[in-house]
Amino acid sequence: MMANSQTLTPSMKRQRRAGMRRYALYALLIGVGLVAPFVAYPVFLMKVLCFALFACAFNLLLGYAGLLSFGHAAFLSTGGYVTGYLLSSYPGITPELGILAGTLAGLVLGGVFGVLSIRRQGIYFAMVTLALAQLMFFVYVQAPFTGGEDGLHGVPRGDLFGVISLNSNLSMYYFVFAVFLIGFAVIQRAVHSPFGQVLKAIRENEPRAVSLGYNVDAYKLVAFIISAGLAALAGSTKTIVFQLASLTDASWHMSGEVILMTLLGGVGTLFGPALGAGLVVSLQHLLSQSPLGNWVSVVLGIIFVVCVLAFRSGIVGEINKMVRKNFK
Amino acid sequence: MTMIFGVPLAVFMGQLMLGLINGAFYALLSLGLAVIFGLLKIINFAHGAMYMLGAFTTLLGMNYLGINYWAALIITPLIVGLFGMLIERVLLRRIAHLDHLYGLLLTFGLALIFEGTLVNFFGVSGARYPTPEALQGGFKLGFMFLPTYRAWVLGAALVVCLFTWYMIERTRLGAYLRAGTENPALMQAFGVNVPLLITLTYGFGVALAAFAGVLAAPLYPVSPTMGSNLLIVVFAVVVIGGMGSIIGAVLTGLGMGLIEGLTKVYYPEAASTVIFVVMILVLLIRPAGLFGKEA
Repeated sequence: MMANSQTLTPSMKRQRRAGMRRYALYALLIGVGLVAPFVAYPVFLMKVLCFALFACAFNLLLGYAGLLSFGHAAFLSTGGYVTGYLLSSYPGITPELGILAGTLAGLVLGGVFGVLSIRRQGIYFAMVTLALAQLMFFVYVQAPFTGGEDGLHGVPRGDLFGVISLNSNLSMYYFVFAVFLIGFAVIQRAVHSPFGQVLKAIRENEPRAVSLGYNVDAYKLVAFIISAGLAALAGSTKTIVFQLASLTDASWHMSGEVILMTLLGGVGTLFGPALGAGLVVSLQHLLSQSPLGNWVSVVLGIIFVVCVLAFRSGIVGEINKMVRKNFK
Repeated sequence: MTMIFGVPLAVFMGQLMLGLINGAFYALLSLGLAVIFGLLKIINFAHGAMYMLGAFTTLLGMNYLGINYWAALIITPLIVGLFGMLIERVLLRRIAHLDHLYGLLLTFGLALIFEGTLVNFFGVSGARYPTPEALQGGFKLGFMFLPTYRAWVLGAALVVCLFTWYMIERTRLGAYLRAGTENPALMQAFGVNVPLLITLTYGFGVALAAFAGVLAAPLYPVSPTMGSNLLIVVFAVVVIGGMGSIIGAVLTGLGMGLIEGLTKVYYPEAASTVIFVVMILVLLIRPAGLFGKEA
């Protein structure tokens, strides 16, 4: 870091420039995020941010560890239900404690799901996670604290740290934005750490990673738990924003939607899932107000098919490819 | 009245029978999934949608074209099977060289499209299909009443499973299929038309799902969402049994149906979750599945 610039090799210089560009991009995006609520409707932006965090968490698993979970709805809904139940039943609990509890519940559930599902690979992994999530769905249908088919309504937003009221959408927005940044930072650090490098090695060639002496299952499990915890964080935050938690978040459709967001934006890219989440949420919003409102799932299905057939790198992936081709 | 662990015998046997019927559907669907997985190496997420399309083809065929149940038993699997082959030729073949998870995602997208389209035309409440006249009524067996149609479903499902087993294990086409499962490149080198074999296999697997759909039409409300919820349970069944053997898929399917039926008798709250719990136990004790070979 402190080395004299004359001793830097050209490749180090290039790396340093790339790093600078990345931080400039982060600064720009944070700036956009700070101004956004004055331009667009804050509730919509908060929805986008919650799903963006959800998709980024999912992408940590699929994009970096190569594990396709078809059960991430379970973590989103668990976070939502735990936070929603605590805040509605115990008025003394502040929102950040509620979110912390929801995230913890997600981490624990992620540990349980992870231990079970990483015992199988590839396609079986996807089926196991899907089945486990469906199990949670049925549990939440019957459990006394979820409100069953009705869900939890009127969850109070409360006062952040007992001081700042979140009832205004603007203060709520900045809180959600902060939560998103924290979650994103965790993912960014995980991906760019030695831990992330090992995850990528496992994704590319698992037997090789095993033969190099890495405890592959432990790495997968940790990735699974982080991903589950962040998904629950997204769910908890979403519950406070919309003041409700419902079975929609627990159904397998939701697990499918987060896959679509990630695939559309770009699997294995940092920003792709967030962009994909923004696009899918906007699309749902636009469709629901048009005469095509009932065709949402058909449209999502078509995007799915098109993405898989012709657009597998996703939007950010394609942009990265173009940048690499033109600037090298 | 005879009681079994505090439950009247007739109720006990009735639930067991219902469980066995569900198990027959699990068996038929997981069998189709296993056949497709063997050669294409993908999990067909559209399998539930194909089952649903089978039931709808039967219903619409009767309402608009006057095709009766018996004809539908043959025609529906053919139509849906051909449709499946079209999907394989036009879509799945393009991604066959990629990671097989893409196949799962593509068929998931297809399932959303089929389900969503039919929901728009028929709603989610579901329509009734009448039980064919010859199969109405039932037998009094002394300890229980057995509706003829349920007996027929069980019999027909078992015969089709047996037929599939025979085709794959005892015929030349089946030998090709098994060889293709082992090493498709070598098969191609020996002059077998592997792409055609793949198309036929997908069509056959899908036709099995459609056949299950015809059997289900008089039993359950015919609705666009009838397939997807069933399919997730079938996935759990597949994880429990492993996709290594045909007999294994059938036995696991029937067994899980029975367990579900028993749970309905003694602890109804857990009836919808018991199969998933069994899956967890199997993953803990024997991760490869009861009949699975791979680790």
